[in-house]
Amino acid sequence: MPLLAAEGLTRRFGALVANDSVDLTVMPGEIHALLGENGAGKSTLVKMLYGLLQPDAGIIRWKGDAVTLPTPKAARGLGIGMVFQHFSLFDALTVAENVALALDDARPLRAVSDELADISRAYGLPLEPRREVWRLSVGARQRIEIVRCLMQNPDLLILDEPTSVLTPQESEGLFATLRTLRAEGRAVLYISHKLEEVRGLCEAATILRQGRVVDRCDPRQQTAGSLARMMVGAHIAEVRRARAEARIGPVRLRVDHLSVPSEDPQGTALKDVTLEVGTGEILGIAGVAGNGQDELFAALSGEVRAPEAGNIVLEGTPIGWNGINARRRAAAAFVPEERLGHAAAPRLPLSENALMAGHAKGGFTRRGLIDRGRMLGWVDAVTHAFDVRKGPRDPEARALSGGNLQKFVVGREILGKPRLLVVAQPTWGVDAGAASLIRQALIDLAARGASVLVISQDLDELFEIADRMAVIFHGRLSPAYPAEDLTREAVGLLMGGEGFGPGREAA
Amino acid sequence: MRLTLDRRDGAGMAGLFLSPLLAVALTLASSIVVFWLLGQDPWRALNVYFLMPVSDFWGVQEVAVKATPLVLIAVGLALCFRSNNWNIGAEGQFLIGAICGGGIAVWTQGWGGPWVLPLMLVAGMAGGALYALIPAVLKTRLRVNEILVSLMLVYVAELLLDWLVRGPWRDPFGFNMPQTITFAPEATLPLLFDGGRMNLGTVITLVVVVVATVVMARTLKGFEIKLVGEAPRAARFAGFDDKKLTLTVFAVSGALAGLAGVMEAAGTVRQLLPGFSPGYGFTAIIVAFLGRLNPVGCLIAGVFIAITFIGGENAQIILRLPRDMTLVFQGMLLFYILACDTLILYRPRLVPRRAPA
Ligand SMILES: Nc1ncnc2c1ncn2[C@@H]1O[C@H](COP(=O)(O)OP(=O)(O)OP(=O)(O)O)[C@@H](O)[C@H]1O
Ligand SMILES: [Mg+2]
Repeated sequence: MPLLAAEGLTRRFGALVANDSVDLTVMPGEIHALLGENGAGKSTLVKMLYGLLQPDAGIIRWKGDAVTLPTPKAARGLGIGMVFQHFSLFDALTVAENVALALDDARPLRAVSDELADISRAYGLPLEPRREVWRLSVGARQRIEIVRCLMQNPDLLILDEPTSVLTPQESEGLFATLRTLRAEGRAVLYISHKLEEVRGLCEAATILRQGRVVDRCDPRQQTAGSLARMMVGAHIAEVRRARAEARIGPVRLRVDHLSVPSEDPQGTALKDVTLEVGTGEILGIAGVAGNGQDELFAALSGEVRAPEAGNIVLEGTPIGWNGINARRRAAAAFVPEERLGHAAAPRLPLSENALMAGHAKGGFTRRGLIDRGRMLGWVDAVTHAFDVRKGPRDPEARALSGGNLQKFVVGREILGKPRLLVVAQPTWGVDAGAASLIRQALIDLAARGASVLVISQDLDELFEIADRMAVIFHGRLSPAYPAEDLTREAVGLLMGGEGFGPGREAA
Repeated sequence: MRLTLDRRDGAGMAGLFLSPLLAVALTLASSIVVFWLLGQDPWRALNVYFLMPVSDFWGVQEVAVKATPLVLIAVGLALCFRSNNWNIGAEGQFLIGAICGGGIAVWTQGWGGPWVLPLMLVAGMAGGALYALIPAVLKTRLRVNEILVSLMLVYVAELLLDWLVRGPWRDPFGFNMPQTITFAPEATLPLLFDGGRMNLGTVITLVVVVVATVVMARTLKGFEIKLVGEAPRAARFAGFDDKKLTLTVFAVSGALAGLAGVMEAAGTVRQLLPGFSPGYGFTAIIVAFLGRLNPVGCLIAGVFIAITFIGGENAQIILRLPRDMTLVFQGMLLFYILACDTLILYRPRLVPRRAPA
């Protein structure tokens, strides 16, 4: 008997049918993948299974009985746990306090700490109960969320894009845990855009396209390519690179011995960072999250000023003291890592989100007044060029699925024809088709003579597009090496700090 | 059973207009019940409260006189609140505006000229703006809570006014009453019509409403205010400086409250005295929210609240109802608008305590 069976689940958002009569069956002891393009309706489906959204039609069966799930608490009561992509933890509290707060029954903190320690040992999820959350890495935070679910002893664990923020090593740790859970007869429902990962981990998959189930398969019998084809219903283009030597020209961006203390106490200070990006070149910066990437982005964008104007030189002009808009007027563009709240304002329509990044260069105002027509025109242009899927013409940013919003914020900057583009995690949470679209756009931008600096944790991505690569570790940057001279192992060693002597220049 | 609230989809625009209208209708309906309980004929009472004030031209002018400071202050507060800056001390800025402008009237008594009135208006705005900058500077420099500082400065302003009209500025021929001299004609705002009290201040306020509407809807400054309030980090990415903006919106709302103060002194009261303001600066907070933090909304809400003020005075005389009825109205109105907002944005649902397994 299936553990969970959804029959004909339907959910609408206004005129848009996010889930259209979806059937899903999860067996006990199974790791079941839920695949689909951005906006296919994966998050919507699992939110219904966890009691966060109410279906408009259809039934959910749990161990054979039809159930209603009015709240997440009801779902937890049955034995369903869920880990969201965006964590819900209190930074100032300790690990144990965070776990205790989320339990449905009140238990003394002592008992919670002990149980937490047991679970974290049993499932290989190392956690120190007394650490404050703000000191922890993203991976450790996710382990808290997982332990928190396991404390409720669930029969089904739902994970929504758990590995998009993890390092490869952290991902491996997570997979080991999930395999342990499977061995105990528990089921896992797993959403991911990383198809290789799904092939290695899952034994069943349900594939959604535009809210409908289009296929079911055993991913072990498939290739990443065939899975991607099922998702999009078409072949995904390979990213094509131009010959590097031919086009890379003189230096456009030079960062010269840049040291910046971090603004927040949890951050990493930049120490003596030096780099150069030539015209037509893509420089990749790899590194484990939290090693100064946020600080480097802020210093390059001008959200944080450099100590010396000459620390950052763009086309021969020192810009270290310029703000972000002065840099934009000098034909630079920026895509921050965090989409909602940083790159885009969640509750404002896309047109105003276009204005946000574009107002400095003018073009959206006429005689001092904002021109809505031009803003909408820009939204249409981005939508068309980057295949942004949305319901109405100008929805609020938060109504877009994660990947579609990412396509919008990347497209918004690239269409502005920048000569320098600084982009962090360009394909974070984006499906395979959209990821290749974005990567190709970056390559094409460089081929037209722009300089592109990509900060990414995804090594596959960097090897695919970067001409040269450097590694950031504890706020220091390694020299940049031509990508074809590097191996994955060499980069991995650098990411682990090999060759970064304490207090010395990077090797 | 337990009550939960689910967010409704796509109720944005409708709620914007529906909610205030519904709130007004519910307030009227409830007031019928209240009048009936008080042993009054509800229709007669409603008539006294809501129709009599606007039944003749003199009454309409009185409503305008009351609405003018409310609307002017509320428009400034709306800019502040939109950008997540909580100026609760408009009452103090209003009084300081009146003091700065009124001081010029007292000082130039007997030797002034046509330049006095413009100078008074400018002084009132400057005084209000500077007074509002105190909490703003403390917030941006030292991260002091602006709600507390702006609120406490209200009491400072009240006591300052009290001291001035009892001490240095007291009318020498005023039988020792705590008040200044009555302002000279060149220190007062011209009336718009004979036989009423509506003055130039109302026109100035309407101009401010129009300008504020255009600024909010069509300029980058308006967009900046909205963006800083909605998503501060995104505002920084857009290159907007939130600290500078805090100073700007506090200064603007202080200037508008100060302008309202000096216009009240120069146009309506024509002297300074202790209980000079019936709490306009606080009532304007209700007006700003009732008007959805939108300048035109503030205009409509200000007129409505002004009618209840005048209606309350009428009811005191004709029906012998206590003045507190007006406050009851305003309280009910605020309560209903919050309730309507919630119910339009969310769908309440009774859910069983345990899910059936
Ligand atoms: N609260 C909402 N209001 C309106 N539309 C919504 C809302 N939530 C989701 N949608 C729409 O429903 C569709 C499905 O979204 P969903 O978040 O389920 O996609 P997804 O498969 O999880 O995509 P991704 O991989 O990008 O996260 C999208 O078109 C999205 O725009
Ligand atoms: Mg999703």
